[in-house]
Amino acid sequence: MQSGLPVVQTTDLSLEFSTDDGPVQALSAIDLDIAPGEFVSLIGPSGCGKTTLLRVIADLEVHTDGEILVNGVSPGEARQNRAYGYVFQAPALYPWRTVRRNVMLPLEIMGIAHKEREARAARYLELVNLTGFENKYPWQLSGGMQQRVSIARALSVEPELLLMDEPFGALDEITRDHLNQQLLELWRKTEKTVVFVTHSIPEAVFLSTRIVVMSPRPGKVIDVIPCNFPKERTLEVRETAEFLEIAHRVREGLKAGHSYDDD
Amino acid sequence: MTMIDRLVHQGTFFPVLAVVTSLIVIWYAGAVYLNSAQLIDRYQKQEIDWSIGRLAADAWRMERPVLPSPHQVGLELKKTVIDKRVTSKRSLIYHARITLSSSLLGFALGTLLGVALAIGIVYVTTLDRSLMPWIIASQTVPILALAPMIIVVLGSVGITGLFPKSVISMYLCFFPVVVGMVKGLRSPEPILIDQMNTYSASPVQVFFKLRLPSSIPFLFTSLKVAIALSVVGAIVAELPTGGQGGLGARLLTGSYYGQITMIWAALIVASIVSALLVTAIGRAERIALRRLNGGQAVTA
Repeated sequence: MQSGLPVVQTTDLSLEFSTDDGPVQALSAIDLDIAPGEFVSLIGPSGCGKTTLLRVIADLEVHTDGEILVNGVSPGEARQNRAYGYVFQAPALYPWRTVRRNVMLPLEIMGIAHKEREARAARYLELVNLTGFENKYPWQLSGGMQQRVSIARALSVEPELLLMDEPFGALDEITRDHLNQQLLELWRKTEKTVVFVTHSIPEAVFLSTRIVVMSPRPGKVIDVIPCNFPKERTLEVRETAEFLEIAHRVREGLKAGHSYDDD
Repeated sequence: MTMIDRLVHQGTFFPVLAVVTSLIVIWYAGAVYLNSAQLIDRYQKQEIDWSIGRLAADAWRMERPVLPSPHQVGLELKKTVIDKRVTSKRSLIYHARITLSSSLLGFALGTLLGVALAIGIVYVTTLDRSLMPWIIASQTVPILALAPMIIVVLGSVGITGLFPKSVISMYLCFFPVVVGMVKGLRSPEPILIDQMNTYSASPVQVFFKLRLPSSIPFLFTSLKVAIALSVVGAIVAELPTGGQGGLGARLLTGSYYGQITMIWAALIVASIVSALLVTAIGRAERIALRRLNGGQAVTA
């Protein structure tokens, strides 16, 4: 992959679902370029299409209009090339597999040699601070640890692009803060491109280099906010005036979308 | 003793004992009631004075009772299970073995057929639409009517012995397996299927790594039903073949010669065979589910 070229590039991207109550415009005219190494958060209320956009990038949904390129090719081709790792809202671990074998699952599917599988499992479990838990089963881990296993599993594919769909949404505040710091650390070390779906303003501001604010019905982008804190930052950054200013702008953007009027 | 220890420990020993005791009491009472008409008739003909005590004593030791008493059945069981050599045609062990082998073969064939059909239904849209109504219709045909025809048809093309009987067991067995496995193979949550798509997994990989393991709990539930049905199927199949052996043949002989006690003994052996088979599947289920849940104890 040539650096500089966008990892994700959408032009006038739209998606219409047909439902029993007629067509629903899930995404409307999305123009968005994501450069290599960026950490982009998609934020908005439920129904704004942020998860749908992520799923279109992952080729789990197919757009109905406009264009999208992932690594310069169609999402389908990018998926075939295993260009991305996807972290779901739930850990989606297999109860009959140990932590190690859960991480090795995508590698088995890709036909990677056994030795390499073991090496990568060890490496990425270490990266998410789970060394020593390799032989545990999912039920023996806390929710936060399970989600870290699922992040290690997405990383084990060694993709340049990491797609994360509210990965910490189901966790308590304290665990979430902790995992946010770990994720930031991980992003700094691996220099991957991350697209991160969330509905938490502080989370988005803390993690991102850019925040894409979306509004529902139809799902569209209403603001793109650059957010460049130093790469090495701690949770304390959340108390700075700059942080609060950006958080305020995100909140204003969400309001402008009239997103809460009819709820 | 260990079995009783375990039951006592689980707190089920005394309830089970109470149920068994009351069943035996009801059985003895039933024997008196059902045999009384015949006895009273005889007393009147022979002008014998009788009391309830005498009626009961006579009812429990009749040679050809309508309902034999538990100890008579027990005695018959001792005679035909323990005293006879297992190779003897009068040994119930000999007959139970014949029934067991055709049940097990039928169970194996039925399970294979059921799993194969379920895979077809889950993976091929056309089969999903077309096959299920036929499978359901197949179970509405009374097996008692179908069994002789299967035996006769297969016999006329030279297939006799164990296999035709197994076909009838198979016919009963495959149904719960199809229904359970279709549900089981479709049980993985959408998120897990999406995840497999993000890995660009092939359908074969999705099957072996996700769908098949996910279906195991459903499979075992079906197998418990199927194994009991397979014994019923084997016994039904043995009725028209008469005299060739098996518990079904034994039931038929008993009814020919009016040997009610013999029928009861065969029935009890048949239910013991079924119970042992269901228990064996239950054991296997517990082990399989434990492994499937990463060693966590599960209640099936």
